[in-house]
Parts: sequence; C-alpha cells; structure tokens
Amino acid sequence: MNFAVLQFPGSNCDQDCVQVLRNVLGQSAHLRWHKEKSLGGADAVIVPGGFSYGDHLRTGAIARFSPVMQAVRTFAAQGGPVLGICNGFQILCEAGLLPGALVRNRSLQFRCEHVYLKTLTSDSPFTQGISGDQLLRVPVAHGEGCYFADAATLAQLNTNRQILWRYVNARGEADEHANPNGSLENIAGVCSEHRNVAGLMPHPERASEAILGSTDGRHIFESLIQWLTSRKAIQAA
Amino acid sequence: MKAKIIVTPKKAVVDPQGKTVQQALEQMGCQGIAAVHVGKYLEVELVGHDLPAARQQLEEACHRFLSNPVIEDYKLEIE
Repeated sequence: MNFAVLQFPGSNCDQDCVQVLRNVLGQSAHLRWHKEKSLGGADAVIVPGGFSYGDHLRTGAIARFSPVMQAVRTFAAQGGPVLGICNGFQILCEAGLLPGALVRNRSLQFRCEHVYLKTLTSDSPFTQGISGDQLLRVPVAHGEGCYFADAATLAQLNTNRQILWRYVNARGEADEHANPNGSLENIAGVCSEHRNVAGLMPHPERASEAILGSTDGRHIFESLIQWLTSRKAIQAA
Repeated sequence: MKAKIIVTPKKAVVDPQGKTVQQALEQMGCQGIAAVHVGKYLEVELVGHDLPAARQQLEEACHRFLSNPVIEDYKLEIE
C-alpha cells in the first residue's frame, strides 16, 4: 500500500512513521510537504506528531490552513483513511475532521511515558484486527493531550462507538491513575462518524520495533494495511 | 482602527493553569479570589475605517480560527 506521511514545519515524528511503514511493515511510504496540493495517489494518510508551526495560537490551529490539508479533506470526504497521531490528532480536531479538542494536560506537565490502551471497537480501519482483551502498550509524549468534548458530543461518541481507545491500567480498567492527561472518560483516540478518520495521542510508531521495548503499536498500522488490502480486493472483484 | 480580542477557556473546560495561578496568588497573600481563568489577548491593527466590514470579517476569524468554539469563548472589541 501507498502511504502519504504529511510533513509540516515542526513535524518531528514523520520519519519515524516512514521508517515503520517502509522498513518494518514493507509498505510504500512517502513524505508529503505541507505546501503540496495533492496526496500523490496515496491509499492512506498519516498526520504525524510534532509541534507544527511551533504550537502557536493553539496546537494544530495553523496547520489546518496548509494547502495539503485541503487535499486531506477531499480524500477523507471520499472515504479515504486518515490517521492522526499526537499533534496529528490535534490538527484533525482543529480542522473539524474529528470531534472535540485537545487541551493542556490537567497536571500541567509534559507527560512522556508508556501507557496501556484498550481498544473499544474493532469496527474501524484502524482497529479491525485488535480485540478488546489485547491491551496495547505504547508511549505518550505530550503537554496538550487532554481530550475534551461537550456533553452532547460525548454522548454521540459513545452511542456511535466512535471512541476507539481508552487509557487503562495493566488490568484493563479505565481508572484515574491510568489517565496521563485528564482526558474525559480516559479517551485516548476517537474516529469520525464515517469511521475513516481517526486520531490518538499515543505514538504507535514508537512502539513498532522490539528494540524500542514494545511492538504493540504495529497492530494499528497492520489493521489499516489489512483494511486497505481487503478494500482493494473488493474493488478489483 | 484596532481590534482587541480576548479568548478565554469555556467554563465547562477544566483550566489547570487558572487553578495553579490562583493557588500561587493565595500563597503570596492575595485574598478573596474565587477563581482565575487564563486566556489570550490579541491585538489586530486594521487599515481603513469601515467598521461594520471589519467587525464582520473578524467575527468570522474569531469563530473559525482565533478561538476554538469547542473549548473557548471570545470577546471582540474594535476601536
């Protein structure tokens, strides 16, 4: 599959994503500079982490005006899968492609540590191969990852099963201690109403090689590759 | 003309910065503080004198960009 990994001024996880997709998972992956107006025929888009535009005004607020984001909007509207990681999640929320917003961690601390994620539904391109019992151990590294949405949006997210991942403890319980940033309902990642756009604060690309201490993050990319492969097979049939 | 824009966190959003500043104020001896909210202040210097047009344009900018309506409120004044 062909992945476009976006690159904004201040992105810093773009190369990590390319490394995992290309060298670990054997996919075709290319960087897309934010001034590009097309996605170069990509099958999926990754909006990587970092500090796009120096986090000025609000995290992700400026990046959404980059020309490449118009292409992402069109791609998403046509059902193309888009995954935002960390700053990428913040950008997708600011761009209105995902509900809610990410605000300052409740502790006011930059949190950099491994967390456990529980996958709540396999009904998305990013989670279809992951069972609820299989906790994912992946790192977070952010200062503004506290997920917020108003009560009506939160109810809708629950009803539509748009919450893909929650922060949990090693026993799989979503308690306060397991929540690194104060996110409402321990939310770590959500998807759009049409399920093809998703974002999460933890970094699966930093947990995809044994040398880095965990390979659990790989499941998210593998799920997406599997989803793309089946879609291609259906389209070809 | 000059536009003055104040962006503040919505009441429903937890404001840990405000709480921390409040605690520090109390530690330095300030009394009678019910709450502190930390926001942003923007000044936009404008060319021309068409107040209604400037207001319309900036209201949209505040709503779409300068504040995030999910988490923030804004107040716009043009003078």
